[in-house]
Amino acid sequence: MRFALLAASTVAVLVTIGILGSLIVETVRFFERVPPHEFFFGLRWSPQIALRADQVGSSGGFGAVPLFAGTLLITAISIVVAGPIGLLAAIYTAFYASRRVRAIAKPTLEILAGVPTVVYGFFAALTVAPVIRSLGTHLGLDVASESALAAGLVMGIMIIPIISSLSDDAITTVPQALRDASYALGATRSETVRRAILPAALPGLVAAFLLAISRAIGETMIVVMAAGLAANLTPNPLAAVTTVTVQIVTLLTGDQEFDSAKTLAAFALGLTLFVVTLGLNVIALHVSRRSKLRHG
Amino acid sequence: MAESRSQWQSDAFKKRLRRRNVSERRFRLLGIAAVLLAGVSLAVLLVSVLKSGFGAAYRTEVALDVAFDPETLGLGPLQSDSSIDVPASADFGAVLRTALMRRFPDVEGRAQIRELIALLSRGAGARLADQLRANPSLLGTRERVWIPTADDVNLLLDARRRDASAKPNTRLSDQQIAWIDALVRDDQLESRFNGRFFTAGDSREPELAGIGGALLGTALTLLVTLAISFPLGVAAAVYLEEFAPDNRWTRHLEVNINNLAAVPSIVFGLLGLAVFLGLFGMPRSAPVVGGMTLALMTLPVIIIASRASIAAVPVWIRESARGLGASPVQVVAHQILPIAMPGIVTGTLLGLARAMGETAPLLMIGMVAFIVDVPTSFTDASSALPVQIYLWADNPERGFVEKVSGAILVLLALLGLLNGAAILLRQRFEQRW
Repeated sequence: MRFALLAASTVAVLVTIGILGSLIVETVRFFERVPPHEFFFGLRWSPQIALRADQVGSSGGFGAVPLFAGTLLITAISIVVAGPIGLLAAIYTAFYASRRVRAIAKPTLEILAGVPTVVYGFFAALTVAPVIRSLGTHLGLDVASESALAAGLVMGIMIIPIISSLSDDAITTVPQALRDASYALGATRSETVRRAILPAALPGLVAAFLLAISRAIGETMIVVMAAGLAANLTPNPLAAVTTVTVQIVTLLTGDQEFDSAKTLAAFALGLTLFVVTLGLNVIALHVSRRSKLRHG
Repeated sequence: MAESRSQWQSDAFKKRLRRRNVSERRFRLLGIAAVLLAGVSLAVLLVSVLKSGFGAAYRTEVALDVAFDPETLGLGPLQSDSSIDVPASADFGAVLRTALMRRFPDVEGRAQIRELIALLSRGAGARLADQLRANPSLLGTRERVWIPTADDVNLLLDARRRDASAKPNTRLSDQQIAWIDALVRDDQLESRFNGRFFTAGDSREPELAGIGGALLGTALTLLVTLAISFPLGVAAAVYLEEFAPDNRWTRHLEVNINNLAAVPSIVFGLLGLAVFLGLFGMPRSAPVVGGMTLALMTLPVIIIASRASIAAVPVWIRESARGLGASPVQVVAHQILPIAMPGIVTGTLLGLARAMGETAPLLMIGMVAFIVDVPTSFTDASSALPVQIYLWADNPERGFVEKVSGAILVLLALLGLLNGAAILLRQRFEQRW
């Protein structure tokens, strides 16, 4: 009995080993065809497989830098949107809101968190992208129909509840004594928040943002539906960029042979994604644990 | 003497205080703005996604006097009235053509006739066949039947309902619009409830497409997910809370489970593709593979929720049971699990709700194929509700926008049901000690 229970608990480890194992095996096979430095530092991504050996551009391009840049651009936009809104919403509900307002605000954020990402994707592609495009045309700007801005904005909305609930945890674990001391010195509420609470909660807030970034990097459906396919290397949020997750989906959906460099590239991208998000989570866990030690 | 005024009445002080109060108000307004912005985003999201959702279960149908004539159908002269077999070769197209031409007698020439027929859905013949199979006595009679129209007719009438003078940009010719006007005048065109939206499989034609196949695919997938992740998750939680020694290995295990909960879902899809499809050679697009993949994702959620629920059971219950001679396993099975079960089930429901909305891992294992048939087993190729939404959203055919909204409405309703059940369970059975 005890052994069966132990076996069940090791499944989580087996899953991790399975993920790492399958990703690493395929990635190694990919790196036999495309050298790692070309993948990690190459600037050209066009994973077409040549039909004939002598075709122009038959080699294909497996430089993933444009994908990393696109992922970072969309993630940055989403954090710029969700960071202030999520943090301020958490502060407001924790320090200012009456019980009635809190009873409305919290469920609202929870519903936002529960909406499936495919719905956000539909919203981004069908509502937000056209609005941004026509707005841009009005202002005389050239906006791509699958702009990074549309995907980033909607991803930001999706991230708001993550940031607000994690920030709320971080803020409310700051000892009451700190708050009282600040009020006793005559500080206003906003001064207390800015000068006493936020510095004390900083590690928890950093962890919240790191987890949100990790979530944005790994998000798939919004970018698959609203971001582009072309691997443009540009910092312009109005242009179309593509992301790591979009390319994984594009490379692996549809007919495929399991052995081509094209499908193997998806696993190399997946491994990169796994390592980066895992790294962010581990750092976030570490940072927030140290702050808990400090406050007891 | 002015100097006797205390310091907090000095002008400099008042100015400073005013500035501080202004900044306090500004900060508060920022907070309100943030909460409002989040609320407004949710409202805009829901309204824009769902505004045409209820229309998905309706389609425009035309009333025609259809003669179920065995000659036209190519069934030969009427046999005995006992059960008739409607062969696939039966020419319902001819029956429909006859009915349409009786309604519009002055239509002539092949091109015009083709345009007239294009008003009807491509699935209209199949609908007539279904009706005849269900009611064989129709054979040889003439009946007024409601027949689905092509989606363009639906789009035109939809646009007119919003704005009577609208001239939407459809593929309909002026001649076709004139016919439609005539039918509208005679009350022969109506928007009717389309139950097949909830039972039919996917289709290339919006007026025939339904979410039945996707719904069943989701149900089968979630059954597999539940069957795998619930027992494993609860067993793992019991071990970690009740039996595990506090050593490095256990701590590693805990960190591992927490990290697994934060792995992007698409990575689980890659695992499913490489291991379940590649290594074990399981069928593509099958609910069983989708369920297994989602189970791995749901497992950490269930473990974490179950551990919290088990940890909340007070120590004195364990000690009393042990004191009465129960073995550790008996304590768990007879005391702890029954008390912790509401919390465990709540966590499981929340985990399942997340799995239900998940799309990316299912794309990886090939559940994106265009599948018309409703699945009948765990190994049939199948779609799932969120994947169906993705597929329809990607479809350039305009009639599908309404279908996407309808499918999202159904998905959100199901998610609301699951989450509502979880909340209800928590409130109903939550125990405080």
